[in-house]
Amino acid sequence: MTSPKTGPLLRVGGLRKAFDERVVLRDVGFAVERGSIFTVLGPSGAGKSVLLKCLAGVEQPDGGTVLFESQPLDFRDRAMRESFRRRCSFLFQGNALFDSLTALQNVALPLEQTTPLSRGEINRRAMEALRQLELDDHADRFPGMLSGGMQKRLALARAIVTHPEMVFFDEPTAGLDPLRRNAVFAMIAKYQAVFGFTALIVTHDVVEALAASSVVALLHEGEICFAGRPEEFAASGHPVVQSFRDSPAALRSTLDAMRRGGALTEEKE
Amino acid sequence: MVASLGSYTIGRVRGLGGFALFIARSLGAVFSTRRLPARIGRAVYEQGFRCLPVILIVGMFTGLVLGLQGYYVLNRFGSEGLLGALVSLSLVREMAPVLAALMLVGQAGSALAAELGIQRNSEQIVALDTMGIDSHGYLVTPRLLAALFVFPAQTALFVAVGLWGGSLSGSLLLGVDPGIYWSSVHRAVEAEDVRECLIKALTFGALTIGICAYQGFHAHRIRRATGARAVSAATTKAVVISSIAVLAADYVITSFLV
Repeated sequence: MTSPKTGPLLRVGGLRKAFDERVVLRDVGFAVERGSIFTVLGPSGAGKSVLLKCLAGVEQPDGGTVLFESQPLDFRDRAMRESFRRRCSFLFQGNALFDSLTALQNVALPLEQTTPLSRGEINRRAMEALRQLELDDHADRFPGMLSGGMQKRLALARAIVTHPEMVFFDEPTAGLDPLRRNAVFAMIAKYQAVFGFTALIVTHDVVEALAASSVVALLHEGEICFAGRPEEFAASGHPVVQSFRDSPAALRSTLDAMRRGGALTEEKE
Repeated sequence: MVASLGSYTIGRVRGLGGFALFIARSLGAVFSTRRLPARIGRAVYEQGFRCLPVILIVGMFTGLVLGLQGYYVLNRFGSEGLLGALVSLSLVREMAPVLAALMLVGQAGSALAAELGIQRNSEQIVALDTMGIDSHGYLVTPRLLAALFVFPAQTALFVAVGLWGGSLSGSLLLGVDPGIYWSSVHRAVEAEDVRECLIKALTFGALTIGICAYQGFHAHRIRRATGARAVSAATTKAVVISSIAVLAADYVITSFLV
């Protein structure tokens, strides 16, 4: 793969994916600029994770194009797949850490298995990644002995130890409370600034995504119905954007209406 | 009826094809997997050392029972002097490879299927692929290669302990002369018996660890089950299919070699 340093790092066009009769991605297209944080928003079940897996080569799309540095990606081509995976990392919703390996061994794993580096050099780089993620004091601990936030940072340390150009984040804040959600997005923004990788995040957390992203896109019924800067998203009059963005306000007004009508009070009784 | 039979048959054939490809891909990864010897060493520890107590215990009791049963049968014909031959040939040709394999399936095979199933569930296998690490090479190849060493070694140990168990019940409890027992063992066992034992142990090792790895690795394909239930179903399937495969392969190998 050649490396032209201009234009979007990743460009997706007409991406389609169906499981039997169920169409998940109908016609997805967007472009991710180098060094940006691009967030794909959408409700649960919208196909965000499937989209990410298609881009990372975990799922084979049924159609469409994915261009990485203007070169079309074909994951059936082994050399191309390996080259792409050397330059990208993937952060899983559940972290996907190896529970039988220590924190240091988890971070060292990709270097150990994909590079000819010496054991000493691998350990040095892995320790450096742990230090940058403020986990060097926990190098000998197993993932199960770490807190949820530490596990997230450990997964990020493993993702960045190979110095990837792009990191895919699959629902990085799933199941976390608002404070921890803030912390995770702050962590992504901080380390993205430090390491300079391009981040592609899929999430349904609107507030945090708007605060941390360079560009947000909304996935709705298998298509990207909006893509733009966070302030454009916040001001958009697009009905789907509005309903997704204003869903807490809508919930509040529905509940108020129900209270006024006595529905909730009756249910309590 | 015909349609469902056809669909079942296609499913089975597809499963066999998938299994063959899985084994081929895992063995093909021998040359591309980095730091394989260390992973094989760990797999030898998991399959070998952890299963040592069960092999020793089952081997001992098998020998003890063979000694007892053999003595009473041979005693009817006044041929107690052949007890060593009966125990050793039963162990070497049949019981040691089959029982050792079944014990290893129960302990190491089930553990392997469950571990890979959980790794599939928690996306660790997908994570390996996205890191550019061949998940077959990293997770399956070392286990398969270790099985080719562990199964023959455990079978040999089973034979040794079983022979000792046979001598304990035959000589110590029932009064057969130990010298007669051991010389009968020496005279009875020939190179081709050992060869048959080795072929069986190698075949059972590759077959059972391959089946257990395949079931665990594809736990997400279990129908109508997800999460912990899928892992449980994959583990059960692995043990049942492996056990049947051992007995079926035993019959096939015996029919060709005898």
